[in-house]
Parts: sequence; structure tokens; C-alpha cells
Amino acid sequence: MSVLVPRTLQDALQATAANPSAQLIQGGTDLMVEINFNHRKPTDVIALRRVDELKSIQIDTEKSQITIGAGLPYQQMEHGEIARRLPALAQAARTVGSPQIRSAGSIGGNLGTCSPAGDALPVLSALDATVNLQSADASRSVSVHDFMVGVKRNARLPGEIIVSTTLPIVSGWQGYAKVGVRNAMVISVASCCLVVDRINGTIAVALGAVGPTIIRCRETESWLASQVDLKTKTTISPNLLQEFGTRIANESKPIDDHRSTAAYRRHAVCVLARRLLTRANSQ
Amino acid sequence: MSSAIQTSTRRDVLGTSALRPDGAAKVQGRFEFSSDLHAENMLWGATLRSPHPYARIINIDLSAAYKITGVEAIITADDVPGKKTYGLISSDQPVFAQDFVRYVGEPIAAVAADHPETCRRALAAIKVEYEVLTPLTDAELAIQPTTPPIHPDGNVIRRQQIITGDQNLQGEIVVEGTYEIGMQDQAFLGLEAALAIPDSGGKGIEMFVATQWLHEDQKQIAACLDLPNEKVRLTLGGVGGAFGAREDISLQVHCALLALRTSRPIKMQYSREESFYGHVHRHPAKIFIRHHATRTGEIQRIEAKLVFDGGAYASTSSAVLINGVTHIQGPYRCLNATVDGYAVRTNNPPCGAMRGFGVVQACYAHESQMDKLAVACGLSPVEIRLRNAMVTGDKLITGQVVESVAPVARCIRETDAIALPAPLTKTAHPLELVGGSGLTSLPQNIVRGVGWGVSIKNLMYSETFDDFATARCQLKDGVATLKYATVEVGQGFVVLAPQIARSVLGVDEVVLDTVDTGIGSAGSTSASRQTWMSGGAVDGACRLVRQRLFEHVGKKYNIDPLRLVIEDTDIVDMIGDFRISVVEASTGVLIDETFEHHHRPTEELDEKGQGNCHVAFAFVAHRAVVDVDVELGLVKVIQIATAQDVGRVLNPIAALGQIEGGIAQGLGLAVMEEIVLDKGKMRNPSFTDYLLPTALDAPSVVAVMIEEPEPQAPLGAKGIGEPPCISVTPAIAAAIRNATGKELPRVPVRPQDICF
Ligand SMILES: Cc1cc2nc3c(=O)[nH]c(=O)nc-3n(C[C@H](O)[C@H](O)[C@H](O)COP(=O)(O)OP(=O)(O)OC[C@H]3O[C@@H](n4cnc5c(N)ncnc54)[C@H](O)[C@@H]3O)c2cc1C
Repeated sequence: MSVLVPRTLQDALQATAANPSAQLIQGGTDLMVEINFNHRKPTDVIALRRVDELKSIQIDTEKSQITIGAGLPYQQMEHGEIARRLPALAQAARTVGSPQIRSAGSIGGNLGTCSPAGDALPVLSALDATVNLQSADASRSVSVHDFMVGVKRNARLPGEIIVSTTLPIVSGWQGYAKVGVRNAMVISVASCCLVVDRINGTIAVALGAVGPTIIRCRETESWLASQVDLKTKTTISPNLLQEFGTRIANESKPIDDHRSTAAYRRHAVCVLARRLLTRANSQ
Repeated sequence: MSSAIQTSTRRDVLGTSALRPDGAAKVQGRFEFSSDLHAENMLWGATLRSPHPYARIINIDLSAAYKITGVEAIITADDVPGKKTYGLISSDQPVFAQDFVRYVGEPIAAVAADHPETCRRALAAIKVEYEVLTPLTDAELAIQPTTPPIHPDGNVIRRQQIITGDQNLQGEIVVEGTYEIGMQDQAFLGLEAALAIPDSGGKGIEMFVATQWLHEDQKQIAACLDLPNEKVRLTLGGVGGAFGAREDISLQVHCALLALRTSRPIKMQYSREESFYGHVHRHPAKIFIRHHATRTGEIQRIEAKLVFDGGAYASTSSAVLINGVTHIQGPYRCLNATVDGYAVRTNNPPCGAMRGFGVVQACYAHESQMDKLAVACGLSPVEIRLRNAMVTGDKLITGQVVESVAPVARCIRETDAIALPAPLTKTAHPLELVGGSGLTSLPQNIVRGVGWGVSIKNLMYSETFDDFATARCQLKDGVATLKYATVEVGQGFVVLAPQIARSVLGVDEVVLDTVDTGIGSAGSTSASRQTWMSGGAVDGACRLVRQRLFEHVGKKYNIDPLRLVIEDTDIVDMIGDFRISVVEASTGVLIDETFEHHHRPTEELDEKGQGNCHVAFAFVAHRAVVDVDVELGLVKVIQIATAQDVGRVLNPIAALGQIEGGIAQGLGLAVMEEIVLDKGKMRNPSFTDYLLPTALDAPSVVAVMIEEPEPQAPLGAKGIGEPPCISVTPAIAAAIRNATGKELPRVPVRPQDICF
């Protein structure tokens, strides 16, 4: 097995161009588990850990957006600038694994693995994030919705590196909540990200672990926008709240597995969405 | 492997919180676990396991595997020179499957090769042809006489009834329920590992292994190798937890066979996933109980049926079963009983010993019943338990009289007196709330519940088993050297033994010799027994040495040795001025004594379940405070209050460690730890999906030690390892019931059990 450890993005891109099928590794918190289980046996590995460009945070106030390097560890999203402007992402980052995992794991890896239970992904989805990819001779930006193709499948092409994701700074409440069977370090049984855009009067709801990939509840979003004025804080009537939850649950597509049941997952996203909507209007 | 010198200036005698000598090394990653073992020129061993819960083996083709470079040996059932099976009580488990595989993970072959990766490829290249059979995975079905047996000995491993008193009594109050307990894993952190080094000439073997009982391993390994016991020499490898899972042997025979076959050292170690397949688990059980009581809540009669799923092989199922049936009354008086218990074979993973050993299952059932009884009689959970609490001198449903100190009512009262935690506030930190880092729940979503659990647990082995312990003490130049085969699995004998020597002999320096089979058996580190048994043996050996020392001093200084006593580090004349330090008195002499401690004999149960089958008992009460998000079915255990009957505290910090650890394990069973099975296949053999409590799940523990020295126990101290994990499970379940009003007849309680 060969392991290349490039120090710059340029070197990393050269390396992937020379060997497009080489396995990329960032924090290794997904990949090493797969290697340990013999699910993957890479022969050539390109380690991105030393590439500082992948750990940058760029805040563009003019465009009202933040671009986060694909290799930035979660631990650095829990507090500070990102937590202030993208609280839902900070909350999602805090739910990932343990301190050890959060100091290594990254959004790039979460996108690379593209598990429906990946905790960063519902936030990226609810915020309509853009995934920025680069190869030695080209670069492109893809909507996260197009990037996530299916269970553990994404739109990255051989030779491409995910360099960053760009997320809008939205004016309005946003939050993330995740159900697991224990109080920390647990794979999501069901999760929900809710973002209210007070300026445009819209809401975005994305669900994790209740479908082959992250689910955006677009029908419910537009239904709610037609029921209430989302540009201001409103009290949502109990009936409306109930219907909101039910509609969210109906958009989910959960399955039974050893972690939970489809019925519970459907119920959980219903409750989480209702609670997040209540929080959005009370804070 | 190396002996450890323990010097101390603080006089770490009995009663002090002496620190374990291996503690810092374990925390800093310097401790040598058996998985760290290494030998020059060693090969790696690995095991081929069955992917089917039940199948007939038609053919095993090793030819392709042998062609792989680096493969040195492949062995199957045909290569076992001695006994083809092993087992703790009945020897029914094949070293390698012969004609049938009976559970997923059953060993079929083992390979030795130059590298773990070569092993893996060799295993993949072994072609096994199976005729896949329909697995038997329902324990109740296994009892039916019409169900075809999956083993030549039949499906029922043991049936034990208890029939005593009035069989027709009907109480004014009758409550009943059927309770289920899921399969828990011991989930120790230090994975199975061993190093086997063959003697030159191949007539013997030396093994370094993480186990719970060196001499029992030795006996079973030797029988399979067809070697005399003394040709199989075992040394304890560093053990990272056990909880019962190392009572049965796992890779020992495979490793030894490969070493003898290749004439080279063999190292074997399991991965986490393989560990789930490679050791026994806690028995899943289904228990029906009906209680008859007076209107005022006095229990008059219990009827019960217990079914324990032993999985594919017997392991300790028969002993686990009798613990279940004999403890089904709980720590409560009861004169009339109609109890029927079964331990059966199925094609589920084999089950055997785990902390609490059959009593955990019984306790969950009887404590759930006590709460039902309380409601039916209009009493509080505390009052119903106090009214029925047994005392020393009470007769159990087995006819055995409880001779142990039995402070049941005191355990309950002192637990009740512990302050409840402060109520949840609106400003609580989010991580303190149910759901933890998932931020699912706000204070208004949370209901707090309180629940109780009280238990009785037998100590040591039962039913005529003489599980004695041996220890040797040598005193020379003020240094005591202790030798024993007592396995340290984390329980703390490594700190207790020197404490005993310091107290008895007045020495400061205590050397712990290697733990190996070079001395008589110490029995297993299980059944809450080592402080009592090996503690008794070390105490006995040190006392013999002290007597010889007094004789020596008496002779030399012309004093009657009976007048001499130890005071700190001196020998003093009780009625004169004479005083000499132990160091000085023992300089130039060598005193060497060995002592065997035996507990009192016990009896087998007769057909009606009558007999003095247990040695002694310990008691504990738990009160759980649990926050529940009823709508989402999520829980967080806030506080466990406990008062435990410990006899005497020999090391406060070590005792508290056992209590806190046991509570965490009982909490795991209550709300998250379960091996999920689907037609005999494990769905979650990893720590990703087999969930253990994290720091955010662990409650605050407020513990009171009830110290009423046990006259039978050599040091007055009862075993404290198992009780903490027993009644905490029903206490937590009861607290969730209290918060939700649900019956919750099954643990672990899952979110969907609460919210639907
Ligand atoms: C104990 C434990 C707990 C965990 N808990 C959680 C949890 O609670 N929530 C959660 O969401 N996840 C969890 N995970 C999974 C994991 O930590 C996350 O998915 C994390 O985001 C992976 O990031 P990484 O940098 O470690 O990825 P890696 O393991 O380094 O990579 C993962 C995949 O992404 C690809 N990749 C990585 N970087 C790039 C890049 N820049 N361009 C292209 N491809 C790339 C890799 O090739 C690989 O296929 C846990 C893992 C462990 C071991």
C-alpha cells in the first residue's frame, strides 16, 4: 500500500490526477473503520490531512455566505464564527461521535461517505449548500441535492477532491436535533434540521436517517409557507403544528433495521420537526 | 508477567483507599494486556467460523488455503488429539464443529500463518460445504417434546422446580406478569488474546492468557490436547475486564493446538466483532410470575415459570438456571412456592456467565411484581418492600435458612434517606437534558420518575461445588511475597492482597509473585467470591506466617509467643515492654506458608428444589431517578441512590468503583445494551451498534455502605462485585414506568416501547 501525504492542494490534485482511483483520506473516521472491517482494501491512499487549504473558513459578508474547507474538523465548528452564523451546523457538529472523532472528522468525509445518517448532511441540505469540487484541470460547484445520489453514493468523479462547501448565512432561526438511543456518541436513528428564512418568508426542513439519502420536505415547506407568514414570528396553532408534523412524517421514507423501526423513525421526525418549529417561533 | 513491588509510606492497610498498582499504567496506556503479548518467531492464529445458525457440514476443503504462501498449519476437528469437546459444567461444546454447526460464529477450523492478513486470506480460501438447516431460535419451542433436538443430549439442559408449602393457596391479592430480558454482552474492553509457546519436543506448552480461572482453563485445555495437566502451564496475561465472558474458554485450545502443530509460538487475538461471536452472553429469559398476598401486602405464595435461552451449548446454563429459580422470591419472605425453570439449547449464540448470573433476570421480574403488588395493596414501593423484607434466620423457598447477615430493611431505609436530586430547572444546560447532545428535548418535554429495586445475591459457587482458593506467603527480611493464582480482571485483588499482608504481618513491602498455575487453584474470579475466598487464603497464609514469626521471636527473646501482637510495623508484647520491628525480627529468616480457604459445604437441590445449595447472600437496594421524554421515548438516568450490604469495607475507593461500575452495567441492560438477533444472527456485533453507556448516560451515584461484618467471611467482607448491577435494572425500569404509566415488561426499554 502506498500513502501519499501532499502538503498543498496543488500537490494533492496532481496526485489524484496521476492516480484517479486512489483512496482519499481526511480524518479517517469513516475510512479506517471500513478498512478494519475489510470492507475496503485500498492499495493507494492520498492523505489530505496536511493540506491546510482544506481547513480554511471564508466568510463573505457581501454575498452573505460561508465557505468551509472540506477538511475542517467538527470540533472547530462547535464554537466561534461558524457557531454564531450557522448554529444548526454547530449543533450537528457537536452531536458527532466523541471529542476524539470531532477533532478528526470533517464535512468532506461526511459528504464522501454520504450516509443517510451523516449529521452534517441534513444541515447542508436545509441550507441548500453548494459542494465545491476540484480536479487537476477543472473545478465545479454542485448543489448538495445533486451531490447526494443515494445510500453511500455521491456525484464525485474520479480524480476530484471535495475542497469546500458554501453555505448561505440566513437571517432567521435554525436548529438541528437528532434522536439516538444514548445521550452522546450515537449514530442517528432520526434527525431533523429546520431553517427559517425571515427575509424571504420560507422554511426548509431536512431529515436524516429516514430514507436512502437526506430528505428535503419541500411539499410541507411550501404548504406551511402558504398557511402562515414566516417573515415574522407567529404562534402556530396546535392543529397546524400537528399537521406540520404529520406532513413531515409522510415525506420520510424510513425502514426497519437493528437500530430502530420505521414506525418509530416516522414518529421521531414528526416530533422533532414540531419541536424545532416551536423553538423557531419562541426564540 | 513481571512481579510488582509495592512499597508504601502511607501504610496501605485494610480499610484505607489504597490505590491499585496497575491503575496509572492502565490510564496511561502502559499496561501490558494479553493482546500486547509477543514472542520471537511467533506465528498468528485465526479462526474460521460458521456463517449459519444451524447446518450440517458436508465437506471441508483446505487445499486452496494450504497453497497460500505463509500458511503454516490448518487444523479442524480431526486434529484434536484428546477430548473433542470442552465446557465448564457439561463438556458439550466442540473445539471445532464436527458434523454440525449450531450457532453463527461456531469455530470450524483454525490457521497459523506469518501475518494476520495471511490468516485472513487463508480463512477466506477454506471451502466449507453446508447443508443449511432451519434454526431453532425460540426457547419455549425448544422445550416442546415434539421439537426435534439440535443436540444429541436434547434441547433441555436442565429443568429445576421448587415445590414447597401450600400448593393451592390463593391470596386475597393476586398480581402477575410475564417479563422478558434481552441478551446482554459483557463488552469488556480488553479483547480475547493469548500467546502459546510450545516446549521443545512438543510434550508440553506454556500459555499466557486473559482468563478468569487459570486452573479450570488448564484442565480443559489439557484434556483436549491429551496432555497431563502439569504439561500445560498457564500464566495470566493482562486482563481488560471479564464480567463472566472469560469463564468459558474461547481461543485457548485453538492457540495451543496450533503451537504444538507448528512447534512455534502462536499469538491469537480477537477483533471486537469476533469477540461478540467468541464468548458467551447473558441469557435472554422469559419469566412469568404470579404473587399471592394478603390485603396488607404480605407475600404468601409465588408461582413462577422461568425459561432461560442457553443458546447452542450448555456452558454454565444449569447453574445460571438454579440461580434464577432460587432467587425468584427476591429478598422477601415467602413460605409457599410453585416454581418451574428451564434452561434450553437453541441455535442462538451460547449464553453463560455474566455479572449477576441468573439473578439479574429473576430480579427484574420479582421487582416489577413488587411494584404491581404495591399498587394493588395501596402501598408505596418502599412500604411493600419493607413489609416483606427478609431477615437473618428466615427460611428461603429452597428450605435453606439465611444465616448471612441480612440487613434488607436497613438497605431500603438508608437508600430512602438519601436526598433526591434537585428538580430539573428551565435553565438546565442542554447536555444535562434527555437526548443529551442530540438537543431533542426541552425541560417542558421531560417527566421525572422514581423507581425502586432490591435484590438478594448468592456469593461463591453453589450446589456442592468446592471452589477453594490457595495462597502462599513468604516472609524474609521484612518483605512479604504473595503467590496465588487469583486472576485480576479489574476487580482489585491486586491492591487488596497487599493490604491484607500489611495488616496481618505489619510489613510495608509486599511483592506479588506471578499469577500462574505454579500454585494451587484460586477458583474463578466470579460469583463475587475473590475477596472472600482468595482474601481468606491470603489472610490464612499470612496468619500462619505471623504465628511462625511470633514463635521465632518468642524463642529468641524468651517470651511466650501468645503474648505477641502486631502493632503497625512492630511486634509488641501485650503485657510487657518488649517491642521489635517486623523488619528486624524477620531479618535472616525465611518463613513460607501456604493456605487453602474452603467455604462451607453446600448441597444439591432435590427434585422439589429443596436443599442448602448456596453458601451466603448479599443484599442491596437501589432507587433510580430517571428523566423521560415521554413523547420521543428517550431517557436519561439522573441519579442512583444505593445502600449495599458489604459486610465490611476493606478499601473504600475500590468498593465505590465496583458499585459505580455495576450500576453503569445495570443501566446498560435497562435502557440500551442488547444483542439484537434475527433468526440466530447477530445484527449488531460492534460498538457502533451495541451501545454501552457513555459519560453523558452515567448517573450520579450516591452510595451508602452498610457495614455489618459477616461472621462467615474471613475478613468480615461480603462480595460486592455483582449486587450493584442487579436491582438497578428494575429500579430504572420502574422509574420509567413511574414517569409514563406504561407496563414495560421488557428490558432493555426501547424508545418505541415508551412512546407507542
Ligand atoms: C466512533 C465514531 C463515531 C461517529 N459518530 C458519528 C456521528 O455521530 N455522526 C456522523 O455523522 N458521523 C459519525 N461518524 C462517522 C464519521 O466520523 C463522519 O462521517 C466524518 O464526517 C467522516 O469524516 P473524515 O474526515 O474522518 O472522513 P474519512 O474517513 O477520512 O473519509 C470518509 C470518506 O470520504 C472521502 N473523503 C474524505 N475527504 C474527502 C475530500 N476532501 N474529497 C473527496 N472525498 C473525501 C474518503 O475518501 C472516504 O471515502 C463516527 C465515526 C466513528 C468512528
